[in-house]
Amino acid sequence: MIIELGHYALVLALATAFVQAALPILGARLNDRALMELASSAAVACFLLVAFSFAVLTFAYVTSDFSVRNVWENSHSLKPLIYKISGVWGNHEGSMLLWLLILVFFSALVATFGRNLPETLKANVLAVQAWIAVAFTLFILLTSNPFARLIPAPGEGKDLNPILQDVGLAIHPPLLYLGYVGFSVCFSFAIAALIEGRIDAAWARWVRPWTLAAWTFLTAGISMGSYWAYYELGWGGWWFWDPVENASFMPWLAGTALLHSALVMEKREALKIWTVLLAIMTFSLSLLGTFLVRSGVLTSVHAFATDPTRGIFILAILVFFIGGAFSLFAFRASRLKAGGIFAPISKEGALVFNNLILTTATATVLTGTLYPLVLEALTGDKISVGPPFFNMTFGLLMLPLLFAVPFGPLLAWKRGDLMGVAQRLFAAVAIGLVVGCIYYYAMNGGPILALFGIALGVYLIVGSLTDLALRSGLGKVTGNVAWRRFSGLPRSAFGTALAHIGLGVTLIGIVAVTAFETETVVEMKPGMTVDAGGYTLRFDGMRNGSGPNYSEESGHFTITSGGVVVADIWSSKRLYQARRMPTTEAGIRTFGLSQLYVSLGDQISEGGIVVRIWWKPMILCIWGGTLFMMAGGFVSLSDRRLRVGAPTRAKRPKTIPVGAAE
Amino acid sequence: MNRLLLAFFLFLASIAPAFAVNPDEVLSDPALEARARAISAELRCMVCQNQSIDDSNAELAKDLRVLVRERLANGDSDDAVIDYVVSRYGEFVLLKPRLETKTMILWGMPILLLFIGAMTLLVAALKRSRQSRGTPLSDDEKEKLKKLLQP
Repeated sequence: MIIELGHYALVLALATAFVQAALPILGARLNDRALMELASSAAVACFLLVAFSFAVLTFAYVTSDFSVRNVWENSHSLKPLIYKISGVWGNHEGSMLLWLLILVFFSALVATFGRNLPETLKANVLAVQAWIAVAFTLFILLTSNPFARLIPAPGEGKDLNPILQDVGLAIHPPLLYLGYVGFSVCFSFAIAALIEGRIDAAWARWVRPWTLAAWTFLTAGISMGSYWAYYELGWGGWWFWDPVENASFMPWLAGTALLHSALVMEKREALKIWTVLLAIMTFSLSLLGTFLVRSGVLTSVHAFATDPTRGIFILAILVFFIGGAFSLFAFRASRLKAGGIFAPISKEGALVFNNLILTTATATVLTGTLYPLVLEALTGDKISVGPPFFNMTFGLLMLPLLFAVPFGPLLAWKRGDLMGVAQRLFAAVAIGLVVGCIYYYAMNGGPILALFGIALGVYLIVGSLTDLALRSGLGKVTGNVAWRRFSGLPRSAFGTALAHIGLGVTLIGIVAVTAFETETVVEMKPGMTVDAGGYTLRFDGMRNGSGPNYSEESGHFTITSGGVVVADIWSSKRLYQARRMPTTEAGIRTFGLSQLYVSLGDQISEGGIVVRIWWKPMILCIWGGTLFMMAGGFVSLSDRRLRVGAPTRAKRPKTIPVGAAE
Repeated sequence: MNRLLLAFFLFLASIAPAFAVNPDEVLSDPALEARARAISAELRCMVCQNQSIDDSNAELAKDLRVLVRERLANGDSDDAVIDYVVSRYGEFVLLKPRLETKTMILWGMPILLLFIGAMTLLVAALKRSRQSRGTPLSDDEKEKLKKLLQP
């Protein structure tokens, strides 16, 4: 009964979304306040209904109600509780429901916290959000119903894919979706601006925190996914340029560009049209990502045949929203007046450069991801586009941008002094090169590019700190004054510095691992030792064990350094009973920022087992850097300007439409 | 959801996440082995989802790894080994496609976009600088200005 209630709530949510999609926009046209205000209540109601529906599905999973087909296909009564809950979104239907839940959650947030928004803008934004909600609710109800029943109910479920039975699944998809779907708000604002044919700095002040929040979550989601893949898949890679990974990376790149162009728009009223276009593109890429992942079109063109309705349905959604948005843009963009002029060498110029590179990089990843698909469809030729292609093109594109990053914050608005900034960054370049040389020397050589890679990373970090130091007048005024100025700097300055520092930290991690990683593949018998990264690993032997729904074989390794035991590692192979599927649970031990990664292979001879041991120097920097980026995002979000940003619009009655004067 | 799906593909291809290169395949000459690894990273495992033969433990990937090492041991150059593999398995096997007519757009896209973007910006900047220079004041206006500035 409760299952049917959940299903029914979803249908009601669809009806509510229809109302929210149609009436407020009419209200904005007719200047009818009652109709416009309907948007907020509808958005909240829609959120509550979808939340109820989601809670019902979760309840079915927790109680292992195998009469629900979706639960039977993806759960098992012996599964630990946390995986029962995370299993809700560990499958197609459930993950789409989560997608929808987050979408309507954001709509409800706009409805609740958007009190200061001009009425028409708010009504239009919520209506556009509702169009998206309608499309996806229909998709779920018509092609991917998670509440479908199974009669008679089976006694036991088929269990969740073992690789997914991990805390990673509990955290990664929700974070990723918060990011993906968060960009829908920026999209809705862009469309609303086009519908109204008017846009100003207040618009950017509204869009920027949403972009920032979505970007921060997406950063967290991608980073989390990368670490999950790193420890779970058992071969120590952290980024594969897999099409599905690219699907989440493209909105991130475009979102990063949007973050920077929205800054120009807010501060200088320039780049308006471009910012609107970027907002549309970013969410379009999120939709495209959903399509690529959900339709299965990327596995092979033929995957469409396995479930054509779903693929075609999402394709229709994609065409409607992206096509519609771009058409609207083409018709209405000319109405948006361009503002603020600036010299090429200026902060605006630097941010435009950032946008140029990031957009090109996004397009490159997009082309690389879709090219094999399109080429095969058009000519029948099959080619592959894999990591070597992306590393080369993406890497080359990023290089000039990375070098330019510290220049941005240091350049003045409107007209900057490039030579002056270069002089101020001289120390950063010098420190970078010195640290690069020291590291290179400490690693006993290696590829010479690694030296410059590390130097670039350090330069990014020191260069970002340079901005803070200069703004607080360090060296020019007394320590006390500098400290007071430092603590008085706007939070957004710290946010920028933190995010840019994070970029440097991640770069250092990538360079160090790529250049100095060591890998040993050997067959080991108990008592044998292997050297890796200055440590010695001794294989002690195997042990059999079992967990709630799996059995495992674990190998024990003792790690010594200079004859002293410093740590030990358990590395296991598991066999999950329900699906008879083996997984590798790599043994990982952290030393500072570096890690030893041990993964077990096949048993070749009696008592001997193939062992793969990696020394991954500075690898934690890769994800540590993203923590800095996220911290930057949150600090920037807490900036006073963003918190009080909305009311400032009320002080400018000129731009407020008649209906909104309160 | 990317990991999730990758994991799902792995499952479909019934690849247990385990090893790729096994100890018995490794060449005794470290320089040759390093070349073999570098080549392997550029070749696609044909039966897997987006994995190089260096990462995959599928049978076919193993055969290819052994093949690459055999050719290297026979004294082939890196390019010759890759050419040989392509001649047997087609271009699909290359993870970094070659620059030819059909991959023109793929390789040209970054350069093309950078060029278009840079040109657009240049044109916009020129237009702007022309605008910002503006038209000089007419005599009439100069007169007015002088009056205004006089105390």
